[in-house]
Amino acid sequence: MSVARFWRKIPQRYNLIGTRCTTCGRYFFPPRSFCPDCRRAGNIVDYKFAGTGAVVTYTVIRTASEQFEQMTPYVLAIVALDEGPRITVQIVCSPEEVRIGMRVKPVFRKIAADGESGVIYYGTKYASAD
Amino acid sequence: MREVAVIGAGCTTFGEKWNTSFRNLFVEAGILALEDAGLAGEQIDALYVGNMSAGRFIEQEHIGALIADYAGLASHHIPATRVEAACASGGLSFRQAVIAVASGMEDIVVAAGVEKMTDVASGISVDALAGAADREWEGFVGATFPGLYAMIATDYMNRYPLTREQLGLVAVKNHFNGARNPIAQYQQEITLDTVLKSSLVADPLRLFDCSPITDGAAAVILAPLERAREFTDTPIRVMASAQASDTITLHDRRDISTLDATVTAGQRAFRMAGLTTADIDLVEVHDCFTIAEICAIEDLGFCRKGEAGRLTEEGVTALNGDIPVNTSGGLKACGHPVGATGIKQVFEIVQQLRCEAGRRQIDGAEIGMTHNVGGTGASVAVHILGV
Amino acid sequence: MVGIITYGVYIPRYRIKVEEISKVWGANANDITSGLGVYSKSVPGLDEDTATIAVEAARNALIRRDIDPAEIGAVYVGSESHPYAVKPTACTVGEAIGATPCMTAADYEFACKAGTAAIQTCMGLAKSGMIRYGLAIGSDVAQGAPSDALEYTAAAGGAAMVIGREDPIALIHRTCSFTTDTPDFWRREGQGYPRHGGRFTGEPGYFRHIEGSVRLIFDQSGKSAKDYDYAVFHQPNAKFPQRVAKILGFTPEQIKPGLVVPHLGNTYSGSSMIGLAATLDIAKPDDRIFVASFGSGAGSDAFDIEVTDVIESDQFRRDAAPTVEQLLANPIYIGYAQYARHKGKIVMQK
Repeated sequence: MSVARFWRKIPQRYNLIGTRCTTCGRYFFPPRSFCPDCRRAGNIVDYKFAGTGAVVTYTVIRTASEQFEQMTPYVLAIVALDEGPRITVQIVCSPEEVRIGMRVKPVFRKIAADGESGVIYYGTKYASAD
Repeated sequence: MREVAVIGAGCTTFGEKWNTSFRNLFVEAGILALEDAGLAGEQIDALYVGNMSAGRFIEQEHIGALIADYAGLASHHIPATRVEAACASGGLSFRQAVIAVASGMEDIVVAAGVEKMTDVASGISVDALAGAADREWEGFVGATFPGLYAMIATDYMNRYPLTREQLGLVAVKNHFNGARNPIAQYQQEITLDTVLKSSLVADPLRLFDCSPITDGAAAVILAPLERAREFTDTPIRVMASAQASDTITLHDRRDISTLDATVTAGQRAFRMAGLTTADIDLVEVHDCFTIAEICAIEDLGFCRKGEAGRLTEEGVTALNGDIPVNTSGGLKACGHPVGATGIKQVFEIVQQLRCEAGRRQIDGAEIGMTHNVGGTGASVAVHILGV
Repeated sequence: MVGIITYGVYIPRYRIKVEEISKVWGANANDITSGLGVYSKSVPGLDEDTATIAVEAARNALIRRDIDPAEIGAVYVGSESHPYAVKPTACTVGEAIGATPCMTAADYEFACKAGTAAIQTCMGLAKSGMIRYGLAIGSDVAQGAPSDALEYTAAAGGAAMVIGREDPIALIHRTCSFTTDTPDFWRREGQGYPRHGGRFTGEPGYFRHIEGSVRLIFDQSGKSAKDYDYAVFHQPNAKFPQRVAKILGFTPEQIKPGLVVPHLGNTYSGSSMIGLAATLDIAKPDDRIFVASFGSGAGSDAFDIEVTDVIESDQFRRDAAPTVEQLLANPIYIGYAQYARHKGKIVMQK
């Protein structure tokens, strides 16, 4: 991923900055600048997600793409944030520990890197909230 | 809008084809289709080709023109268009060709699909295929394509009574069928034991739950129905062509275990043809992973949610069952050259409806359906064909 | 008056025991544990580094107190394992806690005392009114060369301290430093592992500089060891801090809460600061804490700290973030092969 593409999403990757529509109360992550429900009647403002949520579904990745080859096996999950939107994230736990419904919270981790000399992509993974 | 018919079809063998390049794959399929239709290249009015990722696999774009050129048609300056919707590229290519003929814009149109996947290391293939999903919000965090379908499987098995064995039987059935399909990548039948003992790729999906990396090409030729008999004694009528889209990410779907785009495209197709699932004699569904076939059978309406596993176990979807699914061997056993699959599915139905399917022939097949999915369900194309 | 506003610590969950390492090299585990007083050390996860540890420590600090991160005017991260040689860890931390863009930042290196140097800088900026809050972090994923003595103790962890003037939980009355050019332990640019002068790191290094900074602060303040409730020293192993404490007149009871090295290992820039955090975890108002860090190269920073009422007030939620004891509990033990993988000691094909 180019440095510009990564940099542009840092507020989302580090701090889960999304948006919400104050007209209908719906939350968006990643941020949307236009409410699909209210359309022009919507009023969009920035919103920083609390980060906590629950596991909706998961898997354990054992064969990964080149960039993640060194990290296998790792847990990948869809997490429903408490405010509603869902995200796909890695869970920092052993494969035996993950459960549907598990309460989770965000942690700051290295997601990947552009080789040995390129940029390091930091971001948010999740861990058990217990 | 006028009615459209398939007047010719051709397909290469599918597999790891070290001696065949991307462009030669297409030429091979194209020639087979032309010979099948008794057409000369000069009679082609337009070309659509489905291809997902030549840019990543062979660092080549501009596929439409490339293919037309290598088909020897450069001097005819026909409209040549590449269509892309990840793994649904072939299905969408077919639909674009149908629209071109139905609208009266073109008469004789080739709908092709081609993918050359084996020229790169597997780490690159896995990454290229992840482009079918959301690079920013799925791929970037470490999601792989099997990983996404594995999450569908985890969700599905948490909510519906599907056993690990029933899931494996999907692969067993498809290999049984593939062993009877001369073009299939895998010609061997397998046992359930083989599936259950194969290595885990993304829990709960194992190696034998996953369709392979494959090279291959397929091409079909369309003409207005009113002219079809100029070219063939067995024109196959396109009774419906439907397409639907949905959110790119799996996590934004309304229901993780239901592909709403399949439901919508299926309903549109049945409505267009004035038919129901009871009228369908066989269906080619998009089994990129075994769980995908389970969901497809249900989402197209052949049974209720949660029942497809039992149906598979009871042999309802086998060659000799009430509703044969993936007589070609599916993506699993026939192979999945991404852009070509949607066209291969049409090729299989055409062969079946013409009684040319050999050892996997469904007796009395008159109406067939194809179902082609892009990504985890963000694009779906459904077609119904009949004699 | 300037002091600690809030603090936070992060320690990765993985541990490797001394005997796991010693059996690979054919060394005697008992000799090592009895010689060093260290039994296991922390190991970073495959997806952890100095920056991720620094961010987690900083976020833990901010959970404990209501501070608007935009009011943090300076971020300094001290480490000898910054992920980049050029591109400050402090910027990543600043972004991850919401302190950017109106702040100054830089990374520090001074072996194991880079974190306390950051504290001193923040003290100056805050005390002079140039900033409202400063964030000082000591964080490391320290490397020890395979089979070298340091391999048994080089560990991973970090602590973050927010420094300011408004209602600190602990006042920093005074800081003194003793610094010389002493080549006791070093790492040349581009080299993967540090080298050291063996026994030379003791007397001319650790002991000379800590004794130096301590005597300076005792002279200036008129205090001595008995005036303190607790003392925290840099802990490359358990023996050195125990010995220097005795030399300076501190008792084993005084250094006990801050002596975290036996099961944690030496977290380098995090070492004294995690020891201080562990002491703050159990401290009461009016407790007097003495801290002396040591960084090879060499130098020592000493601090005279007094805990205030605020530590038990509603303004500060000590239990909102994990204590050092909680972070040390429930470790995941790994073997040498996995440890080598986590620490990048296996040469991969590029």
